[in-house]
Amino acid sequence: MIAIIDYQAGNQTSVLRALKFLGVAAKVTDDPRDLRAASGLIFPGVGAAGQAMERLRRTGLDQEISALIQAGRPFLGICLGCQIMLEFSEENSTPTLGVLPGRTVRFDSHTLDADQRPIRVPHMGWNETRLVRPTSLWQGIEPRDQFYFVHSYYPAPQAELTLGVTEHGREFTSFFGREGLWAVQFHPEKSGRPGLRLLRNFYDYCQKAQNA
Amino acid sequence: MLSKRLIVCLDVRDGLLTKGVKFLDNQNLGDPVEAARRYYLEGADEIVFYDITASAEGRGIFLQVVEKVAEAIFIPFSVGGGLTSVSQMRDVLLAGAEKISVNSAAIKNPPLISQAAAAFGSQAVVLGLDARQVDSPGCPSGYEVVIHGGRAPTGRDAVAWAQEAEKLGAGEICLNSIDADGTQAGFELTLTNRIAQAVSIPVIASGGAGEPRHLWEALTIGEASAALVASIVHFRQYEIRAIKEYLRERGCPIRPVDSIAVLD
Repeated sequence: MIAIIDYQAGNQTSVLRALKFLGVAAKVTDDPRDLRAASGLIFPGVGAAGQAMERLRRTGLDQEISALIQAGRPFLGICLGCQIMLEFSEENSTPTLGVLPGRTVRFDSHTLDADQRPIRVPHMGWNETRLVRPTSLWQGIEPRDQFYFVHSYYPAPQAELTLGVTEHGREFTSFFGREGLWAVQFHPEKSGRPGLRLLRNFYDYCQKAQNA
Repeated sequence: MLSKRLIVCLDVRDGLLTKGVKFLDNQNLGDPVEAARRYYLEGADEIVFYDITASAEGRGIFLQVVEKVAEAIFIPFSVGGGLTSVSQMRDVLLAGAEKISVNSAAIKNPPLISQAAAAFGSQAVVLGLDARQVDSPGCPSGYEVVIHGGRAPTGRDAVAWAQEAEKLGAGEICLNSIDADGTQAGFELTLTNRIAQAVSIPVIASGGAGEPRHLWEALTIGEASAALVASIVHFRQYEIRAIKEYLRERGCPIRPVDSIAVLD
């Protein structure tokens, strides 16, 4: 079973629907027993970092998540979930979980795009993620595939953690982590075929890790 | 680089499409869930539903439609039409839509935008803005906001309202030209460009699409982030694939269609 961590963050049911479509057993839950029993964890989220961290601290889920990651449980952070895996977010100037080194910073709307117009913030719509380091999560995903983004802040992890980059006025990290601990800024649950493929790759990894 | 989006609009009344939608196999469809799924597979980047139901009973049926759509398509979709309160918006978002759009209700009660943005985040709040060309001192931009499907003038300047809505927390503006709507003669490019220049949030051009060139104009000259189509795809004048190929060949960044075929 895949546990989708519920901290009232908005898009947990979209992730659940996508997994259901893939025939993957999954549950939206905030019960630590479910999280410990799961073969893998998905950490979704839309909204503001400050509020999200406050909820995680209040429920003790922050400690639970960090402990499970330490123990090597397969983990996938999505959008806000990906940002708060880092140490600090400029949004609400909030210290975040810090399971990976780096910060979350705001797009500068004075940056110019390729057509010499100021970029629009939020970065909303479809864009490419160019893979810079191979990882099993990317199997079956083509270079021309695009993913759906909607965010005003972007993750800036330690350089060695970057797995994929996206262009919006500047190049930013849209995919980072290491084998078994992944974070994506885009929404795989809303990115059509490549997004579904990524979620299935995550599930396959979780199954293998469980049986190993 | 961020792609320009092609958005398909579906009008729903009492849970059914108000006009049939024809597909390649010539089937005529009235089921919004089936139509959404087909457009998803054909390469639409996003779907917009307008619920033009008047009755409370019809609204309940519509929420069931939203739930079914959310299970059938894995691209973003938004819902508009008659939403006047945060609790109605919450129902639609919980049913599975990514975004809600407000139009007349926001003109009458602007704090509704900030309330919605505070509750769901700006990314979920689209301002629907219907405008028409006027010659009036109250509208220095030359465009006035109209409500109730274009029937009621408001005396408000369209550019000023777009900027105010952005400040209140709207995450996107769906800009519909009442003058161009239904003409299939092209988008109102001056209006689109004026609004796109005036705000930093994405602007969706709506009203007037008759051929692929019109979308290219809206996305380049108009500087829109997305263009909305309805009849030209519903009645199979053009396929989504053909429109996207046209745009791509002319240098518009566009998500390729074949990247969203069903999962292998």
